Amino acid sequence: MITELDIADLKKITELILQRHGYDFRDYAMSSFKRRVLRILELGGLTIDTLLKQLSDQPDYINDFLDGLTVNVTEMFRDPGFWRLLREEIIPGILLNNKQFKIWHAGCSSGEEVISMNIMLKEMGLMNDVTIIATDLDTVILDKAKSATYPLKNMEVNEKNYIRFQGKYSLKNYYREENGRAIFNPELLKNVSFRRHDLVTGDAFNKFDLILCRNVMIYFNQALQNQVLKKFHNSLFKYGYLAIGTKESLIWCEYVNRFIVVNQEEKVYKKIKD
Amino acid sequence: MSRYNLHNSYKAIVIGGSAGSFQGIIKILSQVSAGFPLPIIMALHRLKHVRHGFVEALSIKSNIKIVEPEDKESIRKGIAYLAPANYHLSVELGNYFSLSTEEMVNNSRPAIDITLSSSAYLYRNKLIGILLSGANRDGAVGMKQIKDKGGLTIVQDPAECMIDTMPKAALSLTTIDHTLSIDNIVAFLKELQQHYK
Ligand SMILES: C[S@@+](CC[C@H](N)C(=O)[O-])C[C@H]1O[C@@H](n2cnc3c(N)ncnc32)[C@H](O)[C@@H]1O
Repeated sequence: MITELDIADLKKITELILQRHGYDFRDYAMSSFKRRVLRILELGGLTIDTLLKQLSDQPDYINDFLDGLTVNVTEMFRDPGFWRLLREEIIPGILLNNKQFKIWHAGCSSGEEVISMNIMLKEMGLMNDVTIIATDLDTVILDKAKSATYPLKNMEVNEKNYIRFQGKYSLKNYYREENGRAIFNPELLKNVSFRRHDLVTGDAFNKFDLILCRNVMIYFNQALQNQVLKKFHNSLFKYGYLAIGTKESLIWCEYVNRFIVVNQEEKVYKKIKD
Repeated sequence: MSRYNLHNSYKAIVIGGSAGSFQGIIKILSQVSAGFPLPIIMALHRLKHVRHGFVEALSIKSNIKIVEPEDKESIRKGIAYLAPANYHLSVELGNYFSLSTEEMVNNSRPAIDITLSSSAYLYRNKLIGILLSGANRDGAVGMKQIKDKGGLTIVQDPAECMIDTMPKAALSLTTIDHTLSIDNIVAFLKELQQHYK
């Protein structure tokens, strides 16, 4: 088993994916990127050379590779305090000026965050007033998100978070069990469009009232975080909100002064300057 | 003459702990004096949904500041850093932290192995790794990486540990330079500090 990779190996991989496939991982945080590559090598029984060969000779392999490279771990109602804040302050804040509004989940992974959003909106009686775009780089994970189907064993965490969120009912009201899987009511995705979008190479494509990009930029270095914040700034209406992960920070980003902190604890920001 | 043969070229200390390590950590932090010349990076197993209270609990008796770093925060000496709940904590070239939500490792997030392994890579022979009491094998692989890169390895004496699985796993996987009681770990750190005066 290979337990260490040097920077030169990682560089060969990032250069090849960039040239061949147009994905740019050069500014990803190195230690997690390295662990992901090691994991891909281990799971696939590959060496650096066979990996490089596969990436250049098998055009379809890239999607599996991206799926292995990205960290897709997520939960419903992750950080329940954040979701309570959304329900009690942020969404009411948006409603002051708009009857209908748009939300972007950037890096939505397998969709737990999107389902959580719609459960919350439904309980607030707002689901029909909201349009949601959910994007990710990883097409394999987007297919999972579209299916709204999860292993039952994941539901324990989700249920606990929902209880801490103090939802109106039981999470069980929203899914049925079948063959060890939890299948969510497809109605919960009717206002959602899932799309592949790369935050690194892609452009801003619409304007939103709320953007969630939680636990995605932790995989980027500071230079890339800075670039991506500009895209989010560009994608928000004035006075729109941006939510990042609770342990992330924007303080070193050039555009930080165009935002105010709405909630420091839950890392919610509001765009105040164009 | 000291038995440790210490010097002042170490750049960081990394500590892993799990079940039964809390009192030991408290003792270490309460005995280390303000202005400690290195960063102390701690990966301790903890409840994943309890975001608050741990730093406060560790801070009560500590002489040095305890911080749960945010993603990409710079690493500074004289501060004890604690891996946040439900995130793995790594160190990066450029001397800053990064967080990740990768799968659990050894059933743990934060995983001690991830913090130890990335520290071994960054600090090489300028790292001291300390592994305390615990009920699983997390940290053993990380200690081996520290040793393989020329760092110094210390485990809490299994005889003193509430649960000795963790230090024993490290002892059987790699060379451990010193097997010490918590009191001797404190003495070691005090002596180390003298070399930076
Ligand atoms: C840990 S998940 C975050 C899920 C959810 N937001 C949460 O906080 O639980 C990170 C997601 O970011 C996606 N991602 C990574 N790099 C990306 C990029 N350049 N563009 C878009 N999505 C990306 C990954 O595919 C992964 O699904």
